Amino acid sequence: MHDELLFAILPYVAMGVFLIMTIQRYRQRTFTYSSLSSQFLENRHHFWGSVPFHYGLLFVLFLHLAGLFIPDVILAWNAAPLRLFITEATGLAMAVITLIGLGNIVLRRMGDTKSRTVTSVSDWIVYALIGVQVISGIAVAVFHGWGSSWFATSLTPWLWSLFKLQPEIGYVTALPWMVKLHIVNAWVLIGFFPFTRLVHVLVVPNPYLWRRTQVVLWNYDRHKVRSKD
Amino acid sequence: MDVRSQIALIFHLDKCIGCHTCSVACKNIWTDRKGTEYMWWNNVETKPGTGYPTRWEDQENYKGGWELKGGKLRLKSTGRGRIIPNIFHNPSMPSMDDYYEPWTYRYEDLFTAPEGDDQPIARAVSMVTGEPIDVEAGPNWDDDLGGSPIYAENDPNLEELTPEVKQMMFEIERMAFFYLPRICNHCLNPSCVASCPSGAMYKRGEDGVVLLNQERCRAWRSCVSACPYKKTYYNWSTGKSEKCILCFPRLESGQAPACFHSCVGRIRYLGNILYDADKIVECASRPDNELVDAQRELILDPNDPEVIAAARKNGISDGIIDSAQNSPAYRFAKEWKLALPLHVEFRTFPMLFYVPPLMPVIANQDSGSVRNETEDLFADIEKARVPIKYLARLFSAGNEGKVRYALRKQLAVRLWRRHKTVGDISAEQAERALLEAECSPEEAEAIYQLTALASMEDRVVVPPAQREMAIEALEDPLEFKQSTGFGFLTGPARGA
Repeated sequence: MHDELLFAILPYVAMGVFLIMTIQRYRQRTFTYSSLSSQFLENRHHFWGSVPFHYGLLFVLFLHLAGLFIPDVILAWNAAPLRLFITEATGLAMAVITLIGLGNIVLRRMGDTKSRTVTSVSDWIVYALIGVQVISGIAVAVFHGWGSSWFATSLTPWLWSLFKLQPEIGYVTALPWMVKLHIVNAWVLIGFFPFTRLVHVLVVPNPYLWRRTQVVLWNYDRHKVRSKD
Repeated sequence: MDVRSQIALIFHLDKCIGCHTCSVACKNIWTDRKGTEYMWWNNVETKPGTGYPTRWEDQENYKGGWELKGGKLRLKSTGRGRIIPNIFHNPSMPSMDDYYEPWTYRYEDLFTAPEGDDQPIARAVSMVTGEPIDVEAGPNWDDDLGGSPIYAENDPNLEELTPEVKQMMFEIERMAFFYLPRICNHCLNPSCVASCPSGAMYKRGEDGVVLLNQERCRAWRSCVSACPYKKTYYNWSTGKSEKCILCFPRLESGQAPACFHSCVGRIRYLGNILYDADKIVECASRPDNELVDAQRELILDPNDPEVIAAARKNGISDGIIDSAQNSPAYRFAKEWKLALPLHVEFRTFPMLFYVPPLMPVIANQDSGSVRNETEDLFADIEKARVPIKYLARLFSAGNEGKVRYALRKQLAVRLWRRHKTVGDISAEQAERALLEAECSPEEAEAIYQLTALASMEDRVVVPPAQREMAIEALEDPLEFKQSTGFGFLTGPARGA
């Protein structure tokens, strides 16, 4: 029952809240979609927090997504011990870089008075949740190694069973508590996502890569000839 | 030819008295909100000086604007290939320390302090954190050359002057300065717009005002770095950038922007110009010393029948063409070649032009008379206390000829008018001055009229781009009968 709540119900609640609330927020309160950068208030320590945190996190996140979408490729790559070791070591290194970045972010937000002023309660909750997530992830990597391989054989089928609306929690119930913590915290983070500054992830500037250099907006269609003479 | 209309601005520096009324008018209307306290959409700097934010002109440091790389025009630091990897930390962005930390005083302490031997004081408290701070900088901290050894001597524009000339500029008897009021230039080739990853920034098609959509801004901050004039500001409270909007709600109802309206010295002129948008990139790719001419080349003659026909074809209404024909900006910038763009080497083609100041030049005399009687009527300009080289660095990307031309013409007009009104200058001398300055008597009179006598209506010619009339000016209103109705941005479809 306990496991069902955590691994069969919580994921749906989190995904539902995520989908409904991000869309609702985008439609009704677009103004609040912002990265809320505080670089302007403190310019030096910011580098040592923001840069390692974002790059580390993006790398680790992509590894997770690869495990979800191309498990066969990951398993084939990991078949040779050296390559498995490379995957594990890079993943762990990037997670540690993420943690260093997060540590600097938190230290900066606590130490610099101006940055502290613009840090909201929801920001602190986000830092706590991400902190738990990164630390539990590192712990899993250290104490329950070769996750890049067993992710593909246990978590990937469970996640796909969730998406197919036929949750098979048998894949996860036997996992160590540290892994379970990592999973549950991930869903909490996803459910809390729409209420935080994290929404800026959804508005990353992708059209920038292909839009025209200059933007000119007209309040009329100037190619429709309108002069009567 | 892609003819567009653009509001252009002229600031006549010879008339600026540095009273900061423009700054205060703007501040009271637009930037007295939380997060904007440090912003001065309009500010007035003392030159020589480091300006606001400190040393904003130094693009080796701030890396704003455009540059030519292998003959191609590209953003100096904020192009696609650079801003995406730098999005988590913008390496060339100024921080609040480069402007100043806004503060107020704890006035209530003056009333609530317990009785004692000393006068109570009101402590300065930060408007960001609310905690006591030691004030280290503020708006116009270096006004009127205050703190010259720290500020004026570090003006980036002085770099090319020889040490002797520099030393002479700061000798107490020779010290000269002038004021440089600055607002957003509403550039033809804005680097802020080009660099905005969210596409939140745009140029208004009908009048070229550069605006920033608050709903779409995501605080990637690249506009702050990209604008070489540092005229986009980051609101630390809302997490959105903001900038001068040229008081567009006032423009749309035919009024002058607040800084123009309040200008005590009447230095500000506003009018629209017609320009050819097809040629922007080509003109912006010319060598530095040709840029002033390239920018003038973009501006089209609003009386040329061909231009008028092309403008009509592009949907520009006759009212706007009429107003371009009466535009004081066109006359100063293109026809008379008196007004020059600030730092045209940033290649954004600013639409704010400055008439370079003659005042410190003529105040050179030691005899007390207006000028010395020498063979060369324009000798004073070359002996100026503010060297031409310095002015050229500011207003013509180092091309001294452009500044010299503008100063000579101004001086010729003065000699002409002095001959007319006071009479201590002979007709022969005055006419020779005009001839040498390439100015006809009619042109001299027109310059005098618009400089010294013009009324508000002559100085500020707002093109009739009223939004509420935008459709009526261009479309048959009956065409829109029974369409969207009032108050809907998208058509009210049933069930939607």
